[in-house]
Amino acid sequence: MSMRKFGAILASAAAAFALSLPAQAQNYGEAISESDLANWDISVGPDGVGLPAGSGTSAQGATVWAEQCSACHGEKGKGGPAGDLVGGVGTLKSPEHIKTVGSFWPYSTTIFDYVRRAMPYYAPGSLSDDEVYAVVAYLLNQNEIISEDDIMNAENLPRVEMPNANGFISYWPVANQ
Amino acid sequence: MTSSKFLPLSTEEHAAGNGLVSRRWLLRTGFPAVGALGLTSGMVQAEELRVPDWSSSPGLDLTGYGQPSPFESEVVRPTLPLFPEGIGDGSGVSFTPLEKLAGTITPNGLFFERHHSGIPEIDPAEHKFAIHGLVERPLVFTVDALLRYPMVTKTCFIECAGNSLFNSFDEAQQRTAGEIHGLIGNAEWAGVSLAQLLDEAGVSPEGKWLVAEGADAAKMSRSIPIEKAIEGDAFIALYQNGERIRPEQGYPMRLVLPGWQGSMNVKWLRRIKVVSAPVHTKDETSKYTLLQKDGKSRQFTYEMGVKSVITSPSPGRELGAKGLYQVSGLAWSGAGRITRVEVSADGGASWAVAMIPGQAPPRALIRFQLPWQWDGQPATLMSRATDETGAVQPTREAWYEPYAANQIFHQNAIQAWAVSGNGGISNVYA
Ligand code: HEC
Repeated sequence: MSMRKFGAILASAAAAFALSLPAQAQNYGEAISESDLANWDISVGPDGVGLPAGSGTSAQGATVWAEQCSACHGEKGKGGPAGDLVGGVGTLKSPEHIKTVGSFWPYSTTIFDYVRRAMPYYAPGSLSDDEVYAVVAYLLNQNEIISEDDIMNAENLPRVEMPNANGFISYWPVANQ
Repeated sequence: MTSSKFLPLSTEEHAAGNGLVSRRWLLRTGFPAVGALGLTSGMVQAEELRVPDWSSSPGLDLTGYGQPSPFESEVVRPTLPLFPEGIGDGSGVSFTPLEKLAGTITPNGLFFERHHSGIPEIDPAEHKFAIHGLVERPLVFTVDALLRYPMVTKTCFIECAGNSLFNSFDEAQQRTAGEIHGLIGNAEWAGVSLAQLLDEAGVSPEGKWLVAEGADAAKMSRSIPIEKAIEGDAFIALYQNGERIRPEQGYPMRLVLPGWQGSMNVKWLRRIKVVSAPVHTKDETSKYTLLQKDGKSRQFTYEMGVKSVITSPSPGRELGAKGLYQVSGLAWSGAGRITRVEVSADGGASWAVAMIPGQAPPRALIRFQLPWQWDGQPATLMSRATDETGAVQPTREAWYEPYAANQIFHQNAIQAWAVSGNGGISNVYA
């Protein structure tokens, strides 16, 4: 067999193989609507995207705190076995710095996101959205960031300016010094 | 017998001070015969060989899943819960016992753990993984569906960003190499390319970041730049070292982002949401950020730095009589390949280039070795790795320079082991 003939056979074999492949590559995902994903879609961004309806104040949050959080995080957010969530504002430059939700976290929305997804530790997801707003308000108030009757909801929470909002340097994609 | 009397090495055959033997000399002489180092004179006469019981009758039956020898029962992961009992059970770490292993692959049962709320007991038939957000077609996948895609196979390490945290203490802690540096494991993973699945969902032009989330009670969640998946090397692993991923490693599936902070390699993966900007989860703000002395913190420091550690000798792998030993250890870099590992036996005053494999995979553990003629005197052993970007492992002092006290993340400083006159090994800051 000449090289040319052999080449032609190879080419037609390749064409036949290509034809036998499905028009589309493998697609094994099933379509799902965003509403059917709602129970799982619990991410909340700094812009407030993802915050649910509902609201709460620090005063309401004090009750949630006493019943659901204080055993592990301390009576007023300090001194508990799972770590302080209150205090330390202004200490980050000191060798004895104290990192808490108040002194360190750049966005208030992260508190909502995290408490709703993971707290209380042994029963995450057990609080209502109103209770989460309330306990977030409580933590912000204990840290002297909002007042006792400020209402936290999807509109107000992202507007809360955290003390360490400008405390982070992004290293992606490069160090932003 | 003094070793120097028998050591047939001229000064240029030493690779570095205090007995590190040159590779050139090894190449010339072949592997050093015991006699060449003058150790024959004290050679012990062995006893007559007996036929042991296990050679005289049939052994145990076949087993469905093999277990290590009972004589290896000490080779386990040291565990460290991070909270008092009843406060955060299941939030803690266990360490790969690096000094008890050889080669580079971490056995699945010894691969380090970090869980933020325990190990979920997931039924794979019930588990779902969703891709949604800024995509044309939100999709949900079963485990069986993922198993139908072409598989990618990659060997890479996963290292917790808090690895080596015990070397952040003011006083050097007396712990083993694994108990200090063992929040790392290296495995051959097999799974599905994330780019392929994102392509199937059709990422919108505004989609720049991914939020990955686990199905554990902590719903561990991290923002990831989409570049790591599109044109990158991210994949969803279903297999680890040939078998399905273990529950503590994310069964039935975990994200693998080669070279990047361990906690981004989300275990028990249930969801990836395509978004336009990072969502600043708790574990990319409160934790896994690096507080500097000036009060500012580095965020989104994904790549794990170039690093190495001598695993033998090391605490728990003490030296016996003076003489020739193999210094052996592990090196890795999240930025790519390791190009060079150097060893010092005199506390960093002089360095010798260690032997490393020629074809080491990027972002995977490699093993280095170098012969060392120990003269029985106190010595300080160190190793220092360099990667293909030219990054060199820093000293502890240099590494700490920008950071606040107690800053534990991305610690990749040089480890020093002090060897005492009786062969004992301890952790020192040098
Ligand atoms: C049974 C003990 C327990 C209870 C009750 C509990 N927590 Fe926690 N909390 C923990 C543990 C443990 C962690 C650390 C989890 C980890 O390892 O990631 C934590 C972490 C946190 C954090 C993150 C702290 C940081 O600095 O990163 C916040 C915020 C928080 N909890 C809020 C709450 C709130 C609000 C409640 C009440 C609704 C609550 N917790 C109830 C144990 C508890």
